[in-house]
Amino acid sequence: MTSTSSPIHLDLEATRHAAEVGSTVEPVLVAKDVSVYYGDFRAVRDVTMSINRGEITALIGPSGCGKSTLLRCFNRMNDLIESARVEGTITYHGIDIYGPGTHPGEVRRRIGMVFQKPNPFPKSIYDNVAFGPRVNGLRNRSELDEIVESSLRRAALWDEVKDRLKSSALGLSGGQQQRLCIARAIAVDPEVLLMDEPCSALDPIATGRIEDLMNEIKSDYTIVIVTHNMQQAARVSDRTAFFTTEISDSSDRRTGVLVEYDLTEVIFSNPSDERTESYVTGRFG
Amino acid sequence: MTEGPLSDRLEPQVASLTGTTSRRRRFLDGLFRFATIASVGVALLTLGALLVDIFLQGRPRLNPDLLSNMPSSRPERAGIQSAIFGTLWCVGLTAVVSLPIGVATAIYLEQFARRDRWYVRLVELNIQNLAGVPSVVFGILGLAFIARGPLSWGFTVGTGAMVLTILVLPTVVIASREAIRAVPSSFVDGALALGATRWQAVWRQVLPAAIPGIATGSILSVSRAMGESAPLLLLGALTFVTFNPTGLDSGYTVLPLLIFKYASDAKQELHVVAAAAIIVLLVLLLTLNTTAIMLRNHFEKRRH
Repeated sequence: MTSTSSPIHLDLEATRHAAEVGSTVEPVLVAKDVSVYYGDFRAVRDVTMSINRGEITALIGPSGCGKSTLLRCFNRMNDLIESARVEGTITYHGIDIYGPGTHPGEVRRRIGMVFQKPNPFPKSIYDNVAFGPRVNGLRNRSELDEIVESSLRRAALWDEVKDRLKSSALGLSGGQQQRLCIARAIAVDPEVLLMDEPCSALDPIATGRIEDLMNEIKSDYTIVIVTHNMQQAARVSDRTAFFTTEISDSSDRRTGVLVEYDLTEVIFSNPSDERTESYVTGRFG
Repeated sequence: MTEGPLSDRLEPQVASLTGTTSRRRRFLDGLFRFATIASVGVALLTLGALLVDIFLQGRPRLNPDLLSNMPSSRPERAGIQSAIFGTLWCVGLTAVVSLPIGVATAIYLEQFARRDRWYVRLVELNIQNLAGVPSVVFGILGLAFIARGPLSWGFTVGTGAMVLTILVLPTVVIASREAIRAVPSSFVDGALALGATRWQAVWRQVLPAAIPGIATGSILSVSRAMGESAPLLLLGALTFVTFNPTGLDSGYTVLPLLIFKYASDAKQELHVVAAAAIIVLLVLLLTLNTTAIMLRNHFEKRRH
């Protein structure tokens, strides 16, 4: 069951398109009829989409459209919100991540996360990167050294910090802190990286470096990124999912829905839904 | 363009820089400053006056004999040794029992409990209320259930410490919760997102960051037990005890009660002993609180 040999077929626009452009599409994460509730309030309604291996998938849409909420479902970070409840299924290589035998910690080790605000631990740079391997049971000093170095190299941070691995991570700049958080996330060797507006607290130069980094590592990691920055989605992502809000039938509160999910160039140049078009052309949201 | 309406508007503003309104506001500002400084001054002066008065009163008996002699109703032999040891026993036991239970409760309530469960809210409500219960009520409780009744431990140092533990536990929990809540949730999120279990996140991220606050808050709560007299009044501590506690089942007395006993005695000379004992109690308290501050500074320095 853990093998990748059971592709899940979903009648999705996106899958068809990918087939048309000739790339092989292998879904890693599949959301089927996913709704998320906070108490009685339904924040996201009936989302069905699949995240493909080796691609960067962008989730865009106006505030409150549920894109971050959905992202946090992919590694069960929503479990931490007491009132949150997920309906529908999310499978990772065919395994229901909300299934009875699935441990959230195991899910999160394979599906890592980078947060909106850089959140290094108040520890040394080394200890930040080594934290993940350590909680997952690695004790061997030389192996840890190796992982720390390779993770920092991958996150394009090694040259800047190699002489001060023992100094506090809080002394790094915001952009360096965010790259440290990426290094920390990839140190446990996840397959998927979820990024929740990873550049919104960074200046344009630091943002550019993070985007370069995403492009460099995308061959090894499947990336899902939530972003408010449409240029960013257009620049880095292979596929884009556009979400918007709708007044729900039961109450007058707004619920997030998935409008359109397609190859990024299609979303930005030839979207099929007019709500998508007016959003990406800047007429709304 | 320089003579336009803009300069017309600016002129009165520039004039007001030195004008009367500005002067009035500055006066009020100064007055408020003075009021706050005066408030601090009143508090410090009162404390200072008390300290000086007690010191002058107690100085004749502030000597090694005071510490080495046992309590006695004969002024020339009266000391406070067993009360010092009784106090140390009580406070020490209270700390040893209340800190683990209190911190564990705080961790549970802040990190594991679901706020939407009725029993969690009940526990929270109870802790808040218990923190405000007069201490003598805990004494009555201890008398009925610990000294007598189901446990029947008698008037022992164990009973005293147990009651003091129940007394300070709510404040230890509240102080520890504050300290734990002050740890940014992003640390926990970050740890969990790396596959850590809740316990690993608490043990490796939350507790190290919260320890300065927990230590300070808890030690200050426990030091409250040192000055507590009302509950122990009911638990057999108001006697001239001529031996130091040797175990949980020993009889005991504590400094605040011995001070009370000396001070309420008809013999004037014993009032001097009471004053000297107050100085000793204050020194002990000060030592404990200084330890709390030093611990906090030590851990805070290590964190950065």
